[in-house]
Amino acid sequence: MVDLWLQFLLTLDATCRVATPLILCAMAGIFSEKSGVIDISLEGKMLMSAFAAATVASLTSSALAGLIVAIGISVLLGLLHGLASVTLRGNQVISGLAINILASGLTVTVGIAIFQQGGQTPTLERDERFRPVELPLAEQIGNFPVVGTIYKEVISGHNILVWTAFATVIVTAIVLTKTRFGLRLRAVGEKPEALDSAGVSVAKTRYFALIIAGVLCGIAGAYLSTAHGSGFVREMTAGKGYIALAAMIFGKWQPRGALLACLLFGFLEAVASRLQGVQLPLIGAAPVDLILALPYLLTVILLAGFVGKAMPPRAIGEPYIKER
Amino acid sequence: MKTIKTLIAAGALTISSVAVAADMKPAVIYDMGGKFDKSFNEGVWNGVKKFTTETGIEVMEFEVTNETQREQAMRRMAERGATVILGVGFAQADAISKVSAEFPDTQFSIIDVFWLDAPNLRQYAFKEHEGSYIVGVAAAKASQTGKVGFVGGMDIPLIRKFACGYVGGVKSVNAGAEVFQNMTGTTPSAWNDPAKGAELTQSQIDRGADVVYQAAGGTGTGVIQAAADSGKLAIGVDSNQNGLAPGSVLTSMLKRVDVAAYETFMDSKNGNFSAGVRVLGLAEGGVDWALDENNASLVTADMKAAVDAARNDIVSGKITVHDYTSDESCPY
Repeated sequence: MVDLWLQFLLTLDATCRVATPLILCAMAGIFSEKSGVIDISLEGKMLMSAFAAATVASLTSSALAGLIVAIGISVLLGLLHGLASVTLRGNQVISGLAINILASGLTVTVGIAIFQQGGQTPTLERDERFRPVELPLAEQIGNFPVVGTIYKEVISGHNILVWTAFATVIVTAIVLTKTRFGLRLRAVGEKPEALDSAGVSVAKTRYFALIIAGVLCGIAGAYLSTAHGSGFVREMTAGKGYIALAAMIFGKWQPRGALLACLLFGFLEAVASRLQGVQLPLIGAAPVDLILALPYLLTVILLAGFVGKAMPPRAIGEPYIKER
Repeated sequence: MKTIKTLIAAGALTISSVAVAADMKPAVIYDMGGKFDKSFNEGVWNGVKKFTTETGIEVMEFEVTNETQREQAMRRMAERGATVILGVGFAQADAISKVSAEFPDTQFSIIDVFWLDAPNLRQYAFKEHEGSYIVGVAAAKASQTGKVGFVGGMDIPLIRKFACGYVGGVKSVNAGAEVFQNMTGTTPSAWNDPAKGAELTQSQIDRGADVVYQAAGGTGTGVIQAAADSGKLAIGVDSNQNGLAPGSVLTSMLKRVDVAAYETFMDSKNGNFSAGVRVLGLAEGGVDWALDENNASLVTADMKAAVDAARNDIVSGKITVHDYTSDESCPY
């Protein structure tokens, strides 16, 4: 029983690790889409910043420098998206897609040029990564039943970016509902004319939202290559940006809902990696294919069945044109 | 008159064979994962490098980055006048079978394939189960918990073959040992997902494993990193990966694909190229375990003795390691 409880906690621990990039990207998506800009470029921004973080960390031996450059690159891509879809009023989906394709090709090309290792960065050393940090008193409190073990196994022992991701959710919720900027952000996604007539610049608000989204994607990318992993490999985001986008939609564009969707997916993924090859009652060892498909399958079933109608921001996808 | 004809013919023959040697244009098509995957493809590259340093002959290279490129790249190489083309990995089997039929005068060679049949195609198969068996022996000797792990790349019979040999080796030392097995995925992207590899390894370590063997291409770097982060041991594969995390990699199961690459090109250069299947096992030096300064402190005398004994028994035929691909099942 104790052992089973421990396994459950360790699965939750893995859930946090797997869900972190999803959570960060989902929050990025919320900022962007609440302002009325569709953001399918989460994937590309994350990939590019993963590459930037690993490259800079490898060259300067500093994970922090990697993180800062990653955020910078991701913000630049966000501004590019803004230029195409806000200022030039281009199609937001196509602009986002272009960024994804750009990231996919550019990372490998630049990677080969810098390191001559087929688009990978060298494996990062210990000091070039964000290392897990044990919270104070984890060992002492860890002996208390339930609360203590949760503290020790699930909450403690992550790297700083994992906690950042969870903190981001709280900050996002507060910014959206309690601040003037949040109100404007939501307004610009619902009825930009209203904001415009109140004398607030629609374009500026949208750009600001895209910059925030860029920062969050940058952190997510750095997490993949310099915290969870130890180096960049081509296409290492493996669709996580799209999963985050889906999680955000399932969460009805709300931070709490998106967080739960990300955690659900992370949990199923963590369970799946533990179920492989395990003898299950009645069925025996389940085939690998089924286990691997499980997170996706269950996500679809749960969300198709249990989540009500999702309402996107009303002005999403439409470039704002001032009436003359 | 007849003598003159013969002389001319003989002369022509000599000239042409000299020309072949001088014009030798070898080519290699690396597969997904790329030339520097620290594993399978990199092993081939080491063999290619050795060939180039020794002979001064440059080898044309192509790195496949998506699945549609294999056949195209191979045909392009042949059209550009490559005299011998080496395909790396089972995934290129279909491509090489087609292209080798189109270019009957070009020599082809492929690694990890043994089921094709063409007069100009050489195929290399390795007895990975034998190499995996001896690293399994080492793993069981190193494990203190009696639980060890295996992380495979794509779920295919070839990788099951690694797993099965490994389990056999572990159980030969400790019949009650538990072996956790995970596959990363069922598509080729499973060779390139270190984050997933790290998660799978962590899940095995959480369940008590303290030695984890991987046969997962680029994904394997994640396995080694996760084991090193938790202070456990990993076992490398294909190339010598002991140096990826010195002190945390118990040993590596060497699959001497470099030998296959070097031998292919050398034979072609010396006019000894022959078609057919070559099977390289422990006895032929095709598989082995890696000992170097990075793992010297991890390998105990007792472990080394056990591994050497197992190796001798396999070479002499006293132990036959079960080959998963022979009947798609694992008896251990």
